[in-house]
Amino acid sequence: MTTLLAILIGFLFSVSIYLLLRRSIVKLVLGLLFLSYATSLLLFVTGGLTVGKPAFVESQTQIASKVVSDPLPQALILTAIVIGFGVAAFAMVLIYRFHRETGTIDMDELSETNQK
Amino acid sequence: MEIITILILCFFLATVAPVIRQRTGIWSGWILAIVPAAIVVWLVVIYPKVWAGNAFRAAYEWLPQLNMGFSFRLDGLSWLFAMLIFGVGSLILIYAGYYMKTYKNTKRFFAYLVFFMGAMFGLVAANDLMTLFLFWELTSVTSFLLIGFKHHLKAARDAALQALLITGTGGLALLGGFILLGIEYQTFNIEVILQNPHIFLNSKYFLPISILLMVGAFTKSAIFPFHFWLPGAMQAPSPVSAFLHSATMVKAGIFLLARLLPLYSQSDFWIYTLTIFGVTTMFAGGWLSMAQNDLKKILAYTTVSALGTLVLLIGTGTAYALTAALVFLLVHAFYKATLFMMAGNIEKKTGTRQMDALGGLRHWMPVAAIISYLALLSMSGVPPMLGFIGKELIYEAKMKAPDAAVFILLAGFLANVFMVFVSARIAFSVFLGPKMSFDKKVAEPDVALLTGPGILVILSLLLGVFPEIAQNIISPAFTSIAPDESLVKLKLWHGFNNILLLSVLTVSAGLLMYFARKGLINRISRLNELFFNLHLSERFFAGLNAFMSFAGRKTSFVQHGYHRFYLMTMILSATALLWYGMFKMNFSWDSHLFEGVLSWIVLVAIFVIVSASIATVTTSNRLNALIYIGLVGIGLTIIFIYYGGVDLAITLIVVETLMIVIGAMVVYRLPKYIRYSGVTSRVRDVLISVVFGATITAIILAISPDYQAKEVADYFVENSLTKGFGKNVVNVILVDFRALDTLGEITVLALAAIGIASLLKLKLDKKT
Amino acid sequence: MKSQIIQIAATYLMPFLLVLSLVVFYRGHNEPGGGFIGGLIGGSAIILYAGAYGLEITKKLWINRPTALIWIGLAMALLSGFFAYLTHGSPFMTAVWVQIGSGPFALKVGTPLLFDLGVYLTVMGMLVKVVLTVMEEVL
Repeated sequence: MTTLLAILIGFLFSVSIYLLLRRSIVKLVLGLLFLSYATSLLLFVTGGLTVGKPAFVESQTQIASKVVSDPLPQALILTAIVIGFGVAAFAMVLIYRFHRETGTIDMDELSETNQK
Repeated sequence: MEIITILILCFFLATVAPVIRQRTGIWSGWILAIVPAAIVVWLVVIYPKVWAGNAFRAAYEWLPQLNMGFSFRLDGLSWLFAMLIFGVGSLILIYAGYYMKTYKNTKRFFAYLVFFMGAMFGLVAANDLMTLFLFWELTSVTSFLLIGFKHHLKAARDAALQALLITGTGGLALLGGFILLGIEYQTFNIEVILQNPHIFLNSKYFLPISILLMVGAFTKSAIFPFHFWLPGAMQAPSPVSAFLHSATMVKAGIFLLARLLPLYSQSDFWIYTLTIFGVTTMFAGGWLSMAQNDLKKILAYTTVSALGTLVLLIGTGTAYALTAALVFLLVHAFYKATLFMMAGNIEKKTGTRQMDALGGLRHWMPVAAIISYLALLSMSGVPPMLGFIGKELIYEAKMKAPDAAVFILLAGFLANVFMVFVSARIAFSVFLGPKMSFDKKVAEPDVALLTGPGILVILSLLLGVFPEIAQNIISPAFTSIAPDESLVKLKLWHGFNNILLLSVLTVSAGLLMYFARKGLINRISRLNELFFNLHLSERFFAGLNAFMSFAGRKTSFVQHGYHRFYLMTMILSATALLWYGMFKMNFSWDSHLFEGVLSWIVLVAIFVIVSASIATVTTSNRLNALIYIGLVGIGLTIIFIYYGGVDLAITLIVVETLMIVIGAMVVYRLPKYIRYSGVTSRVRDVLISVVFGATITAIILAISPDYQAKEVADYFVENSLTKGFGKNVVNVILVDFRALDTLGEITVLALAAIGIASLLKLKLDKKT
Repeated sequence: MKSQIIQIAATYLMPFLLVLSLVVFYRGHNEPGGGFIGGLIGGSAIILYAGAYGLEITKKLWINRPTALIWIGLAMALLSGFFAYLTHGSPFMTAVWVQIGSGPFALKVGTPLLFDLGVYLTVMGMLVKVVLTVMEEVL
């Protein structure tokens, strides 16, 4: 039963790779988004899972018990999500510009850097 | 401290040189020459200290962990070279100020020239192998820039590239040798290394170090078989040829050999190798110089010959040979710089430097002719010039060479005969002889163009008549390379002996050859065609082109341009490596991460994520795809909340929404989905992605609890309230404990915003 | 494109969202929230307004040069790092806290708060800049 999350992450990676391998540049960007989801979740579970105990410390006494969820991967993922947003926005604008310059969204037509 | 001041002064002067050039035009040479001239004065003032053996020092830490230092030491040898660099340098600057007036973009020319001067000084003053290497490479780079100064000419670009590649390869070899030396000695300090030559001589790296160091010195000093870049470098304007490629930069290899002399003076291998290469280069350079028609090429080949002589003398290593080497260093710098400047003058005034087009120049430029005669006399070794003393010493050194004296003497004799022949040829066919007609109106070169050559020639003459001065100049250098030997006394007149006889024979043979020149040059050329036609330069470029096309073929095989297949290569290799790593670590399947923490909420989330993902892949509507992706994000949010990642969840849901907004605006303008790939490639891609996904799942299941860095997390949790004054540990990590990471992150965000703005606003030039 | 309902909603929602973003930002040190989330919410407020009323009015009324926000934010974050260095000679990014008042109304102010404000402004500026530029281009 508990292996479900591991399978879910593997599944998200599969979806991301499949989309990355498409010729359409739009799907490529969608694949990037999936890749960042999958990676976030991967980081999240490797920190160990604790149910319903956010990483807050109310007082000195509570520190001793140490049963909050691991804050470190959370901080990493928070950074990753926001950067991922910047990258995704950039990628989207890039494909928009790519299409406007080349008139296509087919990656295979991008095999040369020179303009035809 | 003084050394650093000089370096800073030179590099500062290099940065302001363009401004000075722009403001003062042809007078800039005189102004720029003030600094090196002042340095020469300072060098003269400190001479007593240098003579007394007190070296000036400066040392700074660079990378102490690797024993690398930034340190300098101005001893006798450095002093002699510094005198040459700044003395000749100031004269060259005066000359160049006027000479370059017909060139374009001369501002950077002067910056390079002055920069080179500083770099060359750093090289000769270095007391640390890494410092020396740094400046060594700087001189290569400035040489490249100066050879290629007329970069609109393909020949100049090729010659510059050739010189850079050869000296650069040599520099690489040198670095290798230095590093091995550093490993053996645990230091790069030259002084320390020279005090303990036995470590080097008994080192297991003796042979590699020796070969690497020699390759470095030989490439820089244009020793056979690397000599061919130097004639090519004649593409540079004449001041550069006079300064870098005769008087200073090409002597860097000689300097290195002289500097390291105490290290290898006991090694037969070094002595024989240096002798063989020295003799070969000396002879070949002289031989090749005879049949040339281009004045500067002739001078270049005689320079090659002179460099060979220097290597031979240093390799011989006796007191006589070393004295001869140091004297010849001065002699050669004086007459060769003069002749190169004269060649520049002739080209400037007549428009050509081809031997057969020149003649009778003494009628138009008598002063230049006299200066040239004197320099040529010095080159042929005729009294009372300093060149005579140099040649006498060389003969004497060769006669007293420990091994193969006869053979060396014969080769040396022939090389000198060739020099006399070349000198006679230049003197008679360029300055004397019938008047030729020229396109330009020929006149005496201007004062600035004659100052440098004049002073150098007068020095040659003075030092020849008063050899004690020359003796005093080279004596500190001699002491610093061979402290146990004593300098041979310099004399202009040795009395009637074998050596004088040899000198007379040399000059007569050279003159005889000149009178037989008509048939001789043709015969030499034919002989060259038959036997010595190595065409090293052409071969070098053929090799370079073959290498380029090989690289091109390799690149087009690996870089095929299909994005999908790049990714496929990466994913499959990553998969293989991951499995390899897992098997290496003897993984086991029992996972400790997820014990008893699954509930129906998570099940619902998983269901949403999986179905939305499948819908994203299969949908044929691009806007729907965006919405499904949003659903995947919501599923993730639920998982994050359930397992305590509150901040994550909030951020993710906001980001998700905004991403859909931007995506919708962009996708709105893109064409509809088209099915690009066929069934086969789809099945193949599904297989690849499933294999990769399964790999990741396997890795997660194999994660053992031991690998979790709990201590770090515990530190953050424990200290969040006490040291960071915040109850939200995640936030405290972001803004306090790891704030530097966050700073980097918001910088990335700023760049993304600017990037997006410029992507959309950028106007590309459409080629019509 | 311009709908009455959205316009009315935007008019009322926007101030609320802006205040909310500040609240979320401020309480972030002790409760869920912080500069990132606050900045995203604040940026969304302006985007919502732009979506309802169009670019020109938004630029005129609210924000003409979102890039300025980015630079100010980055500079604040950077300066907060140098603060301890300049006052105490401590390493870059060392936190300095000052307590204002005492008792139940004690308020702790420190460079991390300034840093978080920098994050807030940068994220908000970036978001607004990106979305407004894309809107200008595409619509």
